[in-house]
Amino acid sequence: MRFIFKTDYDQDIRLVKHGGQAFWYGLLGVALLLAPWLLSEYLLAQLIFVLIYAVVGLGLMLLAGFTGQFSIGHAAFLGVGAYTQAVLAAAGWPFPLALACAATLSAIVGIVVGLPALRVKGIYLGIATLAFGFIVEEGMARWESVTGGNAGLHVKDPSFFGWVLNSNEEFYFLCLAVTVLATLAIMNLLRSPTGRAFVAIRDSEISAQSMGIHLARYKTMSFALSAGLAGLGGALYAHKIKFLSPEQFSIIQSIDLLLMVVVGGLGSVHGVFFGAIFLITMPQLISIGKDYLPESVGQSPGLQLVVYGAVLVAFVMFEPHGLYGRWLKIRTYLQIFPFYRAGMFKRQKAFQKSDRLK
Amino acid sequence: MQFVQLIISGAAQGCIYGLIALGFVLIYKATETVTFAQGDLMMVGAFGGLVLMTIVGMPFWIAVPSAIAAMALFGMFAERLVIRPVLGQPQFSIVMLTFGIAFIVRGLITMLPVIGTETHTLPVPYKDMTLRLGELVLAYEQLVIIGATAVLCLGLYAMFRYTKLGIAMQASSQNQLAAYYMGIPVQRLNSLVWGLAAAVAAIAGLLLAPITFVHANMGFIGLKAFPAAVVGGFGSLPGAIVGGLIIGIVESLSGFYLPEGFKDIAPYIVVLIMLWIKPNGLFGEKLRKKV
Repeated sequence: MRFIFKTDYDQDIRLVKHGGQAFWYGLLGVALLLAPWLLSEYLLAQLIFVLIYAVVGLGLMLLAGFTGQFSIGHAAFLGVGAYTQAVLAAAGWPFPLALACAATLSAIVGIVVGLPALRVKGIYLGIATLAFGFIVEEGMARWESVTGGNAGLHVKDPSFFGWVLNSNEEFYFLCLAVTVLATLAIMNLLRSPTGRAFVAIRDSEISAQSMGIHLARYKTMSFALSAGLAGLGGALYAHKIKFLSPEQFSIIQSIDLLLMVVVGGLGSVHGVFFGAIFLITMPQLISIGKDYLPESVGQSPGLQLVVYGAVLVAFVMFEPHGLYGRWLKIRTYLQIFPFYRAGMFKRQKAFQKSDRLK
Repeated sequence: MQFVQLIISGAAQGCIYGLIALGFVLIYKATETVTFAQGDLMMVGAFGGLVLMTIVGMPFWIAVPSAIAAMALFGMFAERLVIRPVLGQPQFSIVMLTFGIAFIVRGLITMLPVIGTETHTLPVPYKDMTLRLGELVLAYEQLVIIGATAVLCLGLYAMFRYTKLGIAMQASSQNQLAAYYMGIPVQRLNSLVWGLAAAVAAIAGLLLAPITFVHANMGFIGLKAFPAAVVGGFGSLPGAIVGGLIIGIVESLSGFYLPEGFKDIAPYIVVLIMLWIKPNGLFGEKLRKKV
């Protein structure tokens, strides 16, 4: 067991809480830095996807997990970022500038979408984002002069004044740097007054408002940051996938992103990474499992849907804190062995809590 | 004449949106759950009718009520099994749960051997018949949709207005706790509401099937019912039908008069405008939360 003596208020907001964390995160950092030499080409590509989805997931987690607003059209922001990056890369802009532009443009679009929905609550924001997602998808398919329409658009490799990042390793380090910076930014944001305001809005809009939090401003800010991160992830996604077409940014993608944050664990930064790993490895696991199933079930296109649906239902019903929540339980079990009790993480049911207005 | 015809075909499509939206609103009022599974329940209803008619070989008039009754049971079963245990969790979790249900249902339907992955037509007695009124040529399929929706709405109105069950549902949707204190079995009512919503979805599916086709992805039409529910005001039953009609007619007119591509996104543009100017919808009440 570990006891942390708190002798200083700063310890409450320190990013690294104790030596154990420093050791394990240090080890993870070293492993990630060495990954290009340790992993095969294929696994490295999968790792790049995990990092990209983690960036997008960080944005969605900020919105859904920490501010309590949910977006069913996040793929649209991913798309805006991806197409911006593709167009700017084709125009020969250096990639840091293009990345910044993609993120900014997504954030601006996020503000525009968020504004009408800010006057209303919960589900209306969801529907506004859903509507926006469809409009953007149609826009990407129709605005052929820029996006290439349904025929698709090829994306050039990122370049920086003549230096072209065309190898997997170079691109991996770019993704790693972006992911680490984004994670640190989110961690830092969450311990600042702004982050605390987001969490207060999630827990109760009315009490947040009574404490002097400007709801509209903070919700817009959360929406903009979330869209910006999704755009940043989208820009990386464009370079990785090298070929963009509108159906990559459809409602299915949006639901996959939501699935990622829910399965990973709503309201935890770790959950984003667990969720991203889940989302990337799941199709592989399913295709391995296929061989052990009877022909008619294993070869059916519906198998993946059923598995995703069952996983989603199971997590919401039995483990609302997601994979990260499960990990916390296991860790606590090991840390305080043999004193773990069954009810330690029991969730409170709030039957009285109602979003309905009276 | 063309304009009238566009209006009528739009209204028929709108009735479908309205019926699906009715399901959302029923469930939303009863359990505060926003369900994304409604479109897929509609798809299952249509498949149920198809299986009963073509494979089991029931006549139309027996197959339709059986499919609707089966879907009602399915709805109650789903409520009991997965929705009731998670009530009280954040709304977002429950929304994700309904996505999960929709995924499972759609996946299972595609897994059905032979019929799951293909597109079918539902053999209805009124297939391809038209009614001529002067210059107007109206398809029976559309008239049946409009007529059935009108009858269903009258039935639901009578139920909520005059029967004990309907009044109990109203009471529980206004204030669950107070209803519970009055001796209303709220949990059983919630189950019934899910059953009712699933039955309405099945009716929508059976009505829609002759116009489009029966296939596993027809549930996506349910996503257009959200704009209908919002335009009508998310907590209002008549609003859902009116919202559906508005969305259907706008879609039909924009498909004809506006450039290609606008037809599919017109409902979403309407809903964004609606959220901008009148977020509570046409029939929604302006409410403030008291602390």
